[in-house]
Amino acid sequence: MADLRTEEFVVNMGPHHPSTHGVCRFVLTMDGEVIVKAEPVIGYLHRALEKICENRTYAQCIPVLDRFEYCTSMSCNQVFALATEKLAGIEVPERAEYLRVIMLELNRIASHLIWLGTTSLDLGALTPFLYAFREREDILDLFEMTCGQRLTYNYIRVGGVAKDIPAEFIPKAKKFLSTFDHKVDDYERVLTENPIFIARNQNIGVMSQELAIAYGVSGPNLRATGIKFDLRRDDPYSIYDRFKFDIPTGQNGDCYDRYRVRMQEMRESAKIVRQAIEQLPEGEISAKFNPLVFKAPAGELYSRIENSRGEMGVYIQSRDKEKKPLRVKLRGSSYNHLQAMPHVLVGHKIADVVAVMASLDIIMPDVDR
Amino acid sequence: MITTGFIIASAIKVIVVVVAVLTGCAYATWLERKLVGHIQHRIGPNLAGPFGLLQPIADAIKLAFKEDIVPERAERVTYALAPIVAFIPAMLSFAVIPFGDTITIMGQQIDMVISDLNIGILYIFAITSLGVYGIVLAGWSSGSKYSLLGGIRSSAQMISYEIAYGLSIIGVLIIAQTLSMKELVAQQANFFDWFIFRQPLGFVLFVICAIAETNRSPFDMPEAESELVGGYHTEYSSLRFAMFFIGEYANMITVAAVVTTIFLGGWQGPLLPPVVWFCIKVFLFMAFYVWIRGTLPRVRYDQLMNLGWKVLFPLALLNVVVTALIYRL
Repeated sequence: MADLRTEEFVVNMGPHHPSTHGVCRFVLTMDGEVIVKAEPVIGYLHRALEKICENRTYAQCIPVLDRFEYCTSMSCNQVFALATEKLAGIEVPERAEYLRVIMLELNRIASHLIWLGTTSLDLGALTPFLYAFREREDILDLFEMTCGQRLTYNYIRVGGVAKDIPAEFIPKAKKFLSTFDHKVDDYERVLTENPIFIARNQNIGVMSQELAIAYGVSGPNLRATGIKFDLRRDDPYSIYDRFKFDIPTGQNGDCYDRYRVRMQEMRESAKIVRQAIEQLPEGEISAKFNPLVFKAPAGELYSRIENSRGEMGVYIQSRDKEKKPLRVKLRGSSYNHLQAMPHVLVGHKIADVVAVMASLDIIMPDVDR
Repeated sequence: MITTGFIIASAIKVIVVVVAVLTGCAYATWLERKLVGHIQHRIGPNLAGPFGLLQPIADAIKLAFKEDIVPERAERVTYALAPIVAFIPAMLSFAVIPFGDTITIMGQQIDMVISDLNIGILYIFAITSLGVYGIVLAGWSSGSKYSLLGGIRSSAQMISYEIAYGLSIIGVLIIAQTLSMKELVAQQANFFDWFIFRQPLGFVLFVICAIAETNRSPFDMPEAESELVGGYHTEYSSLRFAMFFIGEYANMITVAAVVTTIFLGGWQGPLLPPVVWFCIKVFLFMAFYVWIRGTLPRVRYDQLMNLGWKVLFPLALLNVVVTALIYRL
C-alpha cells in the first residue's frame, strides 16, 4: 500500500452551475477535494456594450448601460451621466444630486442584500436569502414608484434625473430606513456568531493587500484587507463630501471580513440616505439638456464611482460636433476580482470555491460587459 | 408458536406500517415545505388542495411522468439497482419499532410491533448502515464526477458517523441491559425515567450523528446542491430519483422513531392512545429536523469529518465510560 498511485483530475464547474452567479466557468484541477489550480473562463455573457454605445447618442447610451451591471443599474446610469457631464461641463441642479445619492445608496443596499442572500444560500443557509429579498422588495417598490422600473431603471440621466420622486416616496423611504437597522441585526443574529458560518468563512479565501493592489481589487473586497479606500471619500463625486459616514474595513481579507464589511456598509448606506432625505432641497431636477441635439466637445476622460462591488468606471473619447461617443470603455470591478480569485483558491476545498466566489460578490455581467 | 391468527395479524401490521411510513414520507415533504416556508416568511405550497395538502400527490405524479434518463457512461445494472438499495433498508428498519402497547383482539394478544426482536437495536443499526451502499453505488455508477464526489463523500461521512452513532446509545444499553425495543419502552414508564434525562449527552450525540447519518442539513454534504449540483443523485430522474427521495425521508422517519423509542419514552404518555403519542413525538422530531434546516448553513466536508472523529467519537467514548462507572460499579 506504500505507493498508491493517485492522479489529479479536472472538474469543470459551470457555466451551468447553480452557484457561479451567472455563467462563469471554472476549470478546477483537483487533488482529491483540494484545488491545485483554478482557471476562470469568461465571455459567456459578452454583449458588446461598449461597441453598442459607439452607435448611440449620449442620451441613448444610458438605457443600454442599465444592463452593464444589473444589480446596481443606478450606478451604471450615474457613471455614464457623470462622464458626459464632465465632458460637456454640465452643472447638475442640487435637488437632482440629492435624488441621485438617495437612489445610488438605496441601490447599494439592494445589491448588498442580493449578495447576502446568495452568499448564505451558497453556504447552505436557506433562510437569510428570503429575509434579504424581503427588504430588497421594499427598495424595489421605492424605485418602481419613482421610475416605473424594478431592475433597469434608466433614472439618472445626463444633466439630472428623469422624474421627480412622488409625494409618497419620502414617508415610505423613512419607514423603510427606520426598521432597516433592526433587520440587519436580524441577519447578523442568524449568521455572524453562528459557529458553522464562522468555520466556513474565517481564514478562507484570504487575500493579501499586495495581491489586492496588484490585481486592482476595489470596493468592499479591498477594504476587507484593511486598506481604507473608498471613492466616495477619496475621490468624491456628486455631493458625497457633504455626508458623514464611516468606511468599514477588515483585517485579514478573508471571507468573514468581507462579510463583516458588507454588513456594515449597508448600515452606512442607510445613514447616508437618512441624511440626504433630511437635507433634500426643492428645485429643478435636471439641467437644460436636449438629448436630440446634444453634441459633446472633443476630448477624452475617465470617470469613476464607487458602486457596491468596487470601482466602476467609464472612459469616453469624443469627437467634436458628434452626437455619438467615439469610444466607450467600461471598467467593471468584478473582472479584477475574478482574475485575483485563482490565487486565493489554491489549497482550498471545492466547497470553498462557492464560498469565495460568493464573498467576492462577483457577478458575470460586470465581468463580461 | 405460529397460528393463523398470528400470520393474519402480522400481515395486517406490515401493510399498515408500510402504508403509514410511505404516507408519512409524502407528508414529511409537505411538512418540511410548509414549516420552512413559515420560517422564511413564505406561505409554502397552498394551491393543491386545502393548505396544499394534495401537493405530495401532485409531486409524485409529476415525478412518475418524467422521462427516465440513463446516462450513456453509466453502468446500467448498478445504476438501476442503486435506488432500490437505498430505499429498501429505510423501510426495513420499521419492523422492530414498537408503536403502541399490547392489545387484545378476539382473545389474541397482539403486540403493536411487527417483530419484537430481542436484538432490535442491533438490527436497526445493521439495516440502516446498508443504506450507504445505495448512495455509493449511485455515485459510482452514474459516470459523472459530481456524482462520484458525492458518493465518496457520503460513504466517508456515513462510515465515520456510524461509530459515534453506535457508541452514543451504549450508555442506554448499559443502563437498560436489553437490546429489545419493546423492553426499552417498558423501562421508560415514568416521565423522568426517559433516557433523555438519564443520558443527556448520549441523546445529543445520537441526534447529531443521526442527522449526519440521514444526510440532512447541516450535514447534507453528499447533496450539497450549491457545490455538487445534487451529489450522488445528480444523474437520476423520474421514479429512480423518487426512490432516493422517499428513502431519505423514510430514513428521517426511522431516525425520529428510533429517537422516540430509545430516548423519548416511545409510545408512553398520558390520556391519549399510545399510537397517537408515538406519532406526536415522531412529528415533533421531524419538525426539529426542519427547524435545523431552516436555520443553519452547511458544514464543509473536512470540518464534518473533524467533528465526527475528534469531537463526537471521544465524547461518545467518555459517555460510555462515565455511564459504566456510575451504573455498573
